[in-house]
Amino acid sequence: MHALDQIIPIMAATIRVAVPLVLAGIAGLFSERSGVVDVGLEGKMLAGAFAAAAIASITGSVWLGLLAAIATSAVLGVLHGFVCITQKGDQVVSGVAVNILISGLTMTLGLAWFAQGGQTPPLPPSARFSEVVLPLSGLIGQVPVLGPFYTQVLGGQNILVYPTFALVPLAWWVLGSTRFGLRIRAVGESPAAVDTAGVSVVRLRYAAVLIAGALCGIAGAYISTAQGAGFVRDMTGGRGFLALAALVLGKWRPWSTLAGCVLFAALDALAIRLQGVIVPGLGAVPVEFVQMLPYVMTIVLLAGFVGRAIPPRASGQPYVKDR
Amino acid sequence: MQPPAGQPPVTAPAVEMRGIDKRFGTVHANRAVDLTVAKGHIHGLIGENGAGKSTLMSILYGFYTADAGDIVIDGRKVAIAESRDAIAAGIEMVHQHFMLVDPMTVLENVILGVEGGALLRRHVPKARADLKRISAEYGLDVDPDAVVGELPVGAQQRVEILKALYRGAEILILDEPTGVLTPQEATDLFRVLAALRAQGKTVILVTHKLREIMAITDRVSVMRAGQMVGHRHTAETSREELGELMIGRKLATRLDKAPAKIGAVALQVRDLSVRDAMGVQRVKDVGFSIRAGEIVGIAGVSGNGQTELMEALAGMRRFEAGSVTIGATTISAGRPAMADELRRLGMAHVPEDRLRTGMVPAFAARESAILGYQDDPAYARGPLLDWPGIERYTLGLMEKYEVKPPIPRLRGSLFSGGNQQKLIMAREMERDPAVLLVGQPTRGVDIGGIDFIHRRLLAMRDRGKAILLVSVELDEILRLSDRILVMFDGRLVGELLPEHADERQLGLLMAGAA
Amino acid sequence: MSGTALRLPWWADYILLPLLNLLLALLATGVVVVLTGENPLDAVTTMVNGAFGSGEGIGYTLYYATDMIFTGLAVAVAFHCGLFNIGAEGQAYVAGLGVALVCLYLDFLPFWMILPLAIAGGALFGAGYAAIPGWLQAKRGSHIVITTIMANFIAYSLMEFLLVNVLIKPGQMSPETRFFAPNAVLPKMDAMLGAIGIAVAQTPLNLSFVVALACIVLVWLLIWHTRWGYSLRVVGASPRAAVYAGIAPSGRIVQSMLLSGALAGGVALNEVMGAQGKLLINFPSGYGFTGIAVALMGRNHPLGVLIAAILFGALYQGGAELTFDMPAISPYLVVALQGLVILFTGGLATMLRPALARVLRVGPRGA
Repeated sequence: MHALDQIIPIMAATIRVAVPLVLAGIAGLFSERSGVVDVGLEGKMLAGAFAAAAIASITGSVWLGLLAAIATSAVLGVLHGFVCITQKGDQVVSGVAVNILISGLTMTLGLAWFAQGGQTPPLPPSARFSEVVLPLSGLIGQVPVLGPFYTQVLGGQNILVYPTFALVPLAWWVLGSTRFGLRIRAVGESPAAVDTAGVSVVRLRYAAVLIAGALCGIAGAYISTAQGAGFVRDMTGGRGFLALAALVLGKWRPWSTLAGCVLFAALDALAIRLQGVIVPGLGAVPVEFVQMLPYVMTIVLLAGFVGRAIPPRASGQPYVKDR
Repeated sequence: MQPPAGQPPVTAPAVEMRGIDKRFGTVHANRAVDLTVAKGHIHGLIGENGAGKSTLMSILYGFYTADAGDIVIDGRKVAIAESRDAIAAGIEMVHQHFMLVDPMTVLENVILGVEGGALLRRHVPKARADLKRISAEYGLDVDPDAVVGELPVGAQQRVEILKALYRGAEILILDEPTGVLTPQEATDLFRVLAALRAQGKTVILVTHKLREIMAITDRVSVMRAGQMVGHRHTAETSREELGELMIGRKLATRLDKAPAKIGAVALQVRDLSVRDAMGVQRVKDVGFSIRAGEIVGIAGVSGNGQTELMEALAGMRRFEAGSVTIGATTISAGRPAMADELRRLGMAHVPEDRLRTGMVPAFAARESAILGYQDDPAYARGPLLDWPGIERYTLGLMEKYEVKPPIPRLRGSLFSGGNQQKLIMAREMERDPAVLLVGQPTRGVDIGGIDFIHRRLLAMRDRGKAILLVSVELDEILRLSDRILVMFDGRLVGELLPEHADERQLGLLMAGAA
Repeated sequence: MSGTALRLPWWADYILLPLLNLLLALLATGVVVVLTGENPLDAVTTMVNGAFGSGEGIGYTLYYATDMIFTGLAVAVAFHCGLFNIGAEGQAYVAGLGVALVCLYLDFLPFWMILPLAIAGGALFGAGYAAIPGWLQAKRGSHIVITTIMANFIAYSLMEFLLVNVLIKPGQMSPETRFFAPNAVLPKMDAMLGAIGIAVAQTPLNLSFVVALACIVLVWLLIWHTRWGYSLRVVGASPRAAVYAGIAPSGRIVQSMLLSGALAGGVALNEVMGAQGKLLINFPSGYGFTGIAVALMGRNHPLGVLIAAILFGALYQGGAELTFDMPAISPYLVVALQGLVILFTGGLATMLRPALARVLRVGPRGA
């Protein structure tokens, strides 16, 4: 029973932490499967977080905040598309630019507009996404083992959590079973084949970066108006890069990307619990080492020591008709 | 397809292109080109590399847009701005480089762009049935669930044709379709084309091979330097006439080739085996020797290991087994040598892939002029490179090999293909190597350039150098070689003398059938 | 069309186009200033005055520029080998450890012995940390963009751990080392110039600026005038051509990352041994990323890097000045500007080319 008391909160925390990773991971999945590399997930999320917090604090509506986050991040997606698709610029450079631009812009605007050290005003509960209480919680909550799981892991989460996890099978289905998915997969491998089949490479890739933008916006709104209660400087804290790492670990497939995200989230949840815990024979586990674990794992995987990660063939290259 | 009402059905040609004009920068690729293709015919379009055939067909297929001119399909003027418009007009194209998505199945490739609806499941069974029917109808046998990237080249081409037919092609353009095929596979292809004609389809065959034109077409149009220079009924013309139209003068008589003065063995290859980057064995137990003063040609359909053989000999790829002796040095798997060491041993290499291998397109010509010899003390002063000296040297090379324009500081990508090739040949031949490896020396080079390059190679042979020539152009092999080796599936399957070799016999060897 | 097929005179490509792109980035920043409710023209005046209006301003400008010369060169050298090193930040951070170890534990030596050892220590640690992604790229094909991003995060955690648990000055809360002994600190420029009778304002500008200038010349010689630099550029432009030429790409990739990391280590020299005199948490504070903007703007040429670094130094200094005069504007404006510079001079580098070609009435490509 004692172990269970430990495990249930870790599971609950894992799910909470995983949400923005999954959203950003699936965002990156669409973009990169279409052939547009996106290292700007972080910046788009941060922009979404800022927009959501700012609008929610001004209007008092968390839903308007969410809409603002989606719109802002989608605009950045289109900007990335303009650079990479229309102007055929360097995709990594564009992503890096977005990250740095947003890191500076959110603080500049936050300081100017709210004069609270770059933060948005703290959001009241009414302007945040609150926890959902599942039906019959009172009753099922009494059951041992199943009860806490039902009320704290399955329930007790906010409303954005459920569609996020539904997104993974949806993405899997869209990519595998729809015309749009077939074309997205094709354009990331061989844009010339798509072009000569009479399908617009440009339109497909814009659709993909737009989806990526919108999903990052939701992730950002989650961070500032569900997990947090307002915007704080650089509050995405590298989650965009973690999502990118999960995408690589997951070999650009929805389910394995989800697995990567959940793994990283569990490590994070564990790290908080492990702080100060003494492991017999080793002493205290430095929390910094648990924190760096996802990044080390990604490097090890990329090094091909645990299977090979092969990206979509056309990713990173602009499509230029050559003679 | 029914002709539109009010049009006399017999007289309306399938395709009419009028006054097509297209420029790429200063290159005038098509000048006021006219082309008429009758319905139900196989129409040949012939011309040299760079004559403008591919550009013309890309305009018909909507890959490029013409600067001026009209396109009339079945008597109706159509605007073709992108491939989709061409597809709607019943035009399909099988490109020289296949437009296939390698990790996808044949079926997925075939339905791409014409999926039938937003949800695949609803339409795939019908597509599968249709594909099966078309396969049977034209004798195009492919497994619909095979992954395209794992199919052999010939099968991939069948997928391309299936794709076109599945989309309801009435007019099918094939751009140099036999370049990657064995002569036997080419014969199979022609059988398919004949079946298409019998069904009333119109076929445009783009090629630079006279033999194919004579074998299969009904009519033929000839292009030269961006212009249309003649239309003929195939039955009423001859190879000679078409050849003259193509190059604008009488076909050059055979090169004056002095008898070979054979010397000592310069390069000895024993039991050489090589694997490619994917781990597939591409060269299998190959052994031969080249002596000073002779040109040995390796004939074969591309993709039979010639590329890997050349790379291994040039020090660009490790051996799996076997050895190569050049001069007094023997290279083997246990004693590898990189390209720089081989150069010092007297080996020079003109690679088949000019732009990606033989030079750096983004570099100035003078920088590419020392590629491979960058460590030579002659180009350095102390620890630094002697750029003024290198520039003078480059200018010398350019003048001697007629590289135009002779500007050492001009970026490599701004030279034409022929001039790039001449610069590379100059660099490799001017250092007087004992052994020269040459891959596809005249690919994409215009006829004047081909002649120049051939004469240079023969002159080098007459100076007592050993030359290994790899080419997919049989004519080139027959013209230059003193001995011909035939490569098939990584092995040497035959050795002939050019005076005893005929195309048919070579074709059988190249197909592994002899 | 990206417009790269057009031929422009060299000055249009190397001077006019980058300037126009910079102008676009500045215009976009002006829009941001308007959004904060301030007047962009007043902001420019304040910034220029702040950066160049006084001896102190110039000193600070050059002090910031020192960091950016190092990181700009680091990014540029890797670019020449075809590598996008996003990890200069982490490499500079780890280099701080190398510099600090020398300054903390070898401070019984005289300054003239500590200086080369500290330079070597920073270069060694920076190079060593850059070598890991370099080696993985060369031998295992791991994409260096992702591995260097990951390496940055690992560096943050690693250095935090070391500073909090190992290197911290006993009996204090903030994670930083003790001050270095006076003979283990780089002399400030005002002291050095003062010694020869030139009086300048007191600023953090120090000897490492001279080291940075020397690096500019050395990198220029190395990349364009040595066989090694030539081979590096061949690998960067065409790995196949390198194999053809007998140059092993993997060797050059590792070597260029070593040099890149060593150059990034210069930040540690300027900050740890120069301005601060101690190792403290997160001292590279984003200069590694600024290096990307600097390298792109300077078109990866050492001279361009120098000019871009001074420009960014001025922006940092002027931006700091701006916050005094205009409370609505924060130093973060310069971070946003950095992003815009990367966007316009990097991602959108060729956007204006076709228009420029039309204006200059240069004929299209011909050969």
